[in-house]
Amino acid sequence: MKIAVCVKQVPDTWAEKKLSDSDKTLDRESVDGVMNELDEYAVEEALLIKEANDGEVVAVSMGPDKAEETVRKALQMGADSGIHIVDDSLAGSDSVATAKTLAATLKDQGYDLIIFGSESTDARMSVVPAMVAELLDLPQLTFASKVSVDGDAVTIQRQADYGYDEVQASTPAVISVVEKINEPRYPSFKGIMAAKKKPLESVAAPSGEPVGLASARTEILEFAERPPKAAGVKIEDDGTGGVKVADFLAEQKLI
Amino acid sequence: MSILDLSPEHRALAETVRSFAREEVAPVIGKLYEAEQFPYELVAKMADMGLFGLPFPEEYGGMGGDYFALLLAIEELARVDSSLAITLEAAVSLGAMPILRYGTEEQKREWLPVLTSGAGLGAFGLTEASSGSDAGNISTTAVVDGDEWVINGGKVFITNAGTEITKLVTVACRTGTQPDGRPEISSIIVPSGTPGFSVAPKYSKVGWNCSDTRELVFDSVRVPLANLLGQRGRGYAQFLNTLDEGRVAIAALAVGLSQGCVDECVQYSRDREAFGRPIGDFQAIAFKIADMETSTHLSRLATYDAGLRLTRGESIKHTAAMAKLYATESAVTNAREATQIFGGYGFMNEYPVARFWRDSKVLEIGEGTSEVQRMIIARQLGVGG
Repeated sequence: MKIAVCVKQVPDTWAEKKLSDSDKTLDRESVDGVMNELDEYAVEEALLIKEANDGEVVAVSMGPDKAEETVRKALQMGADSGIHIVDDSLAGSDSVATAKTLAATLKDQGYDLIIFGSESTDARMSVVPAMVAELLDLPQLTFASKVSVDGDAVTIQRQADYGYDEVQASTPAVISVVEKINEPRYPSFKGIMAAKKKPLESVAAPSGEPVGLASARTEILEFAERPPKAAGVKIEDDGTGGVKVADFLAEQKLI
Repeated sequence: MSILDLSPEHRALAETVRSFAREEVAPVIGKLYEAEQFPYELVAKMADMGLFGLPFPEEYGGMGGDYFALLLAIEELARVDSSLAITLEAAVSLGAMPILRYGTEEQKREWLPVLTSGAGLGAFGLTEASSGSDAGNISTTAVVDGDEWVINGGKVFITNAGTEITKLVTVACRTGTQPDGRPEISSIIVPSGTPGFSVAPKYSKVGWNCSDTRELVFDSVRVPLANLLGQRGRGYAQFLNTLDEGRVAIAALAVGLSQGCVDECVQYSRDREAFGRPIGDFQAIAFKIADMETSTHLSRLATYDAGLRLTRGESIKHTAAMAKLYATESAVTNAREATQIFGGYGFMNEYPVARFWRDSKVLEIGEGTSEVQRMIIARQLGVGG
């Protein structure tokens, strides 16, 4: 079984994130990059599937030079090889351009499964897995909290408010995973050393697709820092506290 | 080129342990510390990451790394919690390393895999109730009886000696008298559970509350002659060498604790307001933090220098003593100042800096007191008698 797992480098979850003043995109240079947290779950799931079924795991990332670290991390966790799509023309790409780039790189490479984290902590749109599935004309099994593979059939539990849906497709298919699915491993030092010798290929953006900031279909017009937290509303419980809390929540359109 | 420029693999290891410490350790350590519980689950996760096997060859179940890798792991753990850091330090540097360095091939094959995998812990029994810094003066004895050693005596303050996963204690014993009248000291491996070997209840300690520290009693404990570690009479040289290495590891632990103080204080001094502005705006606080950062940096330079020399196989007696002395005394200062910056909250056990404060003092004592370090440094210079 050949599995691609798509990983993204995002600013360190613990760091203060900034948008750059010049082009209003995320300033990726001034903060440390880490593998997007949900992508760690995607890598773990790919490795678990590989360990149970044999095969290989290829980590794929699109991003600037330093995103190579994130491909390397996937190799340290246990992926067999990596592909880093790095090209100046890709800077500022929106989700559509990202999906097109990934799809063009993944197309016709014989992948049985293409696994994503269900969202990135920087953009949080959750659309790239579905777009890639659409572009490759593959079934999409998104928001999986459990994946089981049986021959050509892959079944997931899709998280929903009311519980879960069981969704099945035949391979090849695209999967996106949620946090509940597993507990990602930390790379061991042996894994770190072994990753040094694993193939990691840098490839340019596939030609023919308009990518980058100029062709983005969305534009950030302005941005502002999050205002400081305002003081909360304190409700004294004089016997009607529950009602007051409910009224407050209704007023905020939360219930 | 700075000594702080780590290889990509060392950097990846440090980042991995850093993530582990803040994601897995930080959320739970406060409660465990208060309950004085040995953190079995966290230790098992550290074992999965291969931390207990870092500086050991793969043929003995290790990770094929070096001692420097161990130092980085200890530093990153101690940045969040010292109990886990000392558990790793004692298990690797005191428990397993002497077996690698001095053990026979058979002893290595028998004992190292369980220790390097982290499934079991090893301990090192040197200090006694009335012999600490003068470790040559131990009174625990081992005599040959047939094909066995018979051990009598006791040890105090022994880390990792009484956990559910402790496999052995290497015990420094007096095995005779040398021609010049000084005691002959040898190291003997005593497996946990050997009849006559008893482990007292845990101490109540000021700090390191999640680490396991015990008093040991040996009452006619019999082990095979083959449990002698290395050569008879070489025990003194073995533990001096073991302690030299251990000092660099304790220095790394101190660097981590100092860095943890800086991390906490930078955050707190931005958030906490007094007189209408963040306390970090006041020079009294900002200068404290600047000093803490500086001593942390210098401690790290000294520790990495000693660590690098150690991995190159150079003599480290002098540099290890200086690294240990400077890094641990800086850690105590940083922890005290961090507590001061946090004010009343710094005196509350639920705040990490309070743990840092409680955990710091022992660093100036364990594996050679500050006084012993000064003695070593002075003697290397030909002064101090």
